[in-house]
Amino acid sequence: MSPRLAATTLVPGRAAGPVLALSEPLSLWGGVDPASGRIVETRHPDYGRSIAGYILAMPAVRGSSSSSSVLAELLRGGVGPLGIVLGEPDEILVVGSMVARELYDVDCPVLLLGPDDYARAASYASMTIDADGSVTEA
Amino acid sequence: MIPSAEIDLTAEQADGLSGGRGLGVRRAMRIIMALARASGARRLIPVTRAHVDGVLYHGQASLDFVDWLTSADARVAVPTTLNVAALDLLHPGLFRGDEAAAAAGRRLVDGYLQLGCLPTMTCAPYQTEDRPGPGEDVAWAESNAIVFVNSVLGARTARYGDFSDVAGAIAGCVPYAGLHRPEARLAGLIVELDPSAFSSLTDESDFGALGLVVGELAAGRVPAILGLPPDTSEDALKALGAGAASSGSVAMFHAVGITPEAPDLAAAVGSDREPAHIHVNAGMLRRALLGLATAPDGPIDAVSLGTPHYSVREFGRLRAVLGDTPGSVQVEFWVSTSRGVLAEIAALGWLEDIAAAGVTVLTDTCTYVSQILRNPGGITMTNSAKWAFYAPSNLHARVVYGSLRDCVASAKAGTVVRTGA
Repeated sequence: MSPRLAATTLVPGRAAGPVLALSEPLSLWGGVDPASGRIVETRHPDYGRSIAGYILAMPAVRGSSSSSSVLAELLRGGVGPLGIVLGEPDEILVVGSMVARELYDVDCPVLLLGPDDYARAASYASMTIDADGSVTEA
Repeated sequence: MIPSAEIDLTAEQADGLSGGRGLGVRRAMRIIMALARASGARRLIPVTRAHVDGVLYHGQASLDFVDWLTSADARVAVPTTLNVAALDLLHPGLFRGDEAAAAAGRRLVDGYLQLGCLPTMTCAPYQTEDRPGPGEDVAWAESNAIVFVNSVLGARTARYGDFSDVAGAIAGCVPYAGLHRPEARLAGLIVELDPSAFSSLTDESDFGALGLVVGELAAGRVPAILGLPPDTSEDALKALGAGAASSGSVAMFHAVGITPEAPDLAAAVGSDREPAHIHVNAGMLRRALLGLATAPDGPIDAVSLGTPHYSVREFGRLRAVLGDTPGSVQVEFWVSTSRGVLAEIAALGWLEDIAAAGVTVLTDTCTYVSQILRNPGGITMTNSAKWAFYAPSNLHARVVYGSLRDCVASAKAGTVVRTGA
């Protein structure tokens, strides 16, 4: 049985689903179509994939300060990630997730993992995020 | 790191959070507290100004959020400037989108004005006379404005974004975290320009490309750049910062000998620290320049300048280059700027000259976030690294990159001309 990874909870919540681990940082603004959830940044290695319905694992976040709005809009439209697991803290996604909860009552937990646990979590095909902020392979 | 640790609030802050200063402040404080927990802050500090990026329409969520604040009678507590809107409010006829998109864009601006924000509508709020000074804590959003205010003006802001920017403006306070903390502003990386790189910095487009290189090298660290020309202009630093923010989320850099917190390398680095030291040569800049092109040199559909917004000085240079380049402009030629800069160049008589030369000045918005270009998916030439970086995703644009002289000569030839300057 795989270990229970202890994460730092940046936005609490629960999620369970397949993992999309990005090999490179992504800016949601300019990088993801807010209407569909598809990655539209042509230089990104995951160009063309959709983040909708995945727990997004991002080693680091990059780019524009508009990404909060894009995350809230993705979550409003039901094409957002189920949750976000980060290798580096990012306040812009935290605020986007938090505002989506205030406005639409949508859960999108945001967790921060240390380097080793991040690498392990990013290798999972699917995972469960519990309300206490722990991550398990599912 | 224990972001859930207690956050010490002043009596006024605690009152705001519990609703004693109204529902608007309470809602803003809830966002600020989430931000504080995420950033590991232990207290909140007052800010003197804010710059709000949330005024660009990204969908219904943008409107729902501002309605959530206006319906709670929220008001900004400090002078608050606004970033670009989805359309040119002064010249609405330039917008090629549908009426519904224009109406939504306008409604969003109205919502932020109702909160008490100022209708500046610019991504370069630092290009006005009244701007923050050294050591001033502000809540600024918009990545190029953040990096400029920290690096070039020496004021202090963390990386705020949509929602958190106006929350800081309404609450009047922000977490004591990120670049508000003096120790976080010290350089964690030294980027030294080799003589070959130094001599290839001849145009603002070169500084944009340098910014992209610096952003990729930075990897979350504050870079101290050694070897920039001592007379590097604010426009060049603007291009550099915008490039570095695009490629690497850089929120602050030091230009040693130029920017206020880096009179010398020791001041930028701090004592007892030995950051990594990386050299940049002309080949790296050349690769960055070539990497921005997504179309071959050949016929172009448009030229777009002014990302970030063009300054008065840049308009002066454009006017001169338009005047001394033979021929007339054959393609769409756009320059994005603020209404404030527009008024200044109109008063100088330059606007008339520039318009007569076939250039359209776009205000309040930008060609890469609005529906302005006749053929957005066509080939557009720019001297802006930020435009070149984002427009292929935003507009599905095909990009050719070049200097200001190249852009003007190409606009007049209808095809890419490399002037060597």
